[in-house]
Amino acid sequence: MGQETPTARTLRLRLPGLTGHRAGQHVDVRLTAPDGYTAVRSYSVASALPGDELELTVEELADGEVSPYLVHGVSVGDQLEVRGPVGGWFVWDPADPSPVQLIAGGSGVVPLMAMIRAHAATDPASPGAAAEFRLLYSVQSPDAAYYSAELEELAASALLTVTHIYTREAPAGSPVPPRRLDAATLSAAVLPVAANPAFFICGATVFVETVADWLVQAGYPAARIKTERYGGMGTTP
Amino acid sequence: MSDYLDGNAAAGPLSEFFAIDVTSARGRCVHCGRTDALATARLYPNSHGLLLRCPGCTEILLRMVDTGDTVCLDLHGLSFVELRRG
Repeated sequence: MGQETPTARTLRLRLPGLTGHRAGQHVDVRLTAPDGYTAVRSYSVASALPGDELELTVEELADGEVSPYLVHGVSVGDQLEVRGPVGGWFVWDPADPSPVQLIAGGSGVVPLMAMIRAHAATDPASPGAAAEFRLLYSVQSPDAAYYSAELEELAASALLTVTHIYTREAPAGSPVPPRRLDAATLSAAVLPVAANPAFFICGATVFVETVADWLVQAGYPAARIKTERYGGMGTTP
Repeated sequence: MSDYLDGNAAAGPLSEFFAIDVTSARGRCVHCGRTDALATARLYPNSHGLLLRCPGCTEILLRMVDTGDTVCLDLHGLSFVELRRG
């Protein structure tokens, strides 16, 4: 377990029988209260580990039913009820040689980090191993950014470029003030239309829809844009 | 109606019915004819299951009702579902 930011924690789970998973998949975590009330939430897998372990990075939501427990309540050795990893659509395929443009809003970076890690760990013989990866990461402040040290290290490779957009507080000494992502900044940061990149966008609904619309207006085919809005899976009786 | 997720997130609940990941299958909306991966539909989870709505016309594609003892799947908003092998 590790603290990514003051409000986000990474948990490592062991799922008996698991033999790896696809980059971008999620798990459903179910908590059951003593009175039988249950709440299920989906969490993206952050890691790209080959065996029976995986990591989730969970952001605590102030009014959350599940995330406060996962961020503060769970201890090493506790058991959780988990379904998955599931999902076969919002996944990066190491057999696909296409360049990849990842776009994250806040904690939406989690499944994209799994893709970056899977790409870095891919067998050099796989067609996707040599694919160019770019990450555009919109986040409130340097303190709120996940995986900063690891991303900096990975970005030293010629195959990964990382661009942060700070929306509320820029790093000390930054020549660029805090700003919201806009269509012009987006176009300048992402892989060009001619490269025909595969897009994976993850974040809050408004972020995801706005960015996807800008990309389509800029001439990228909608069929190349995959999105994942984060949120809960509701409750069951 | 504004607070929805992507159909991707229905992969877990639907895995109770399907041995394969049905969210990456393409389905045709019986109302407007739009055909796309179920993962691109709008997912509305609720207290007793979930709805998938067509991103084109917002009509219901799929409804899953979970009573605890039973789980019921209503697919009448889909005129077909197409799986890609391999």
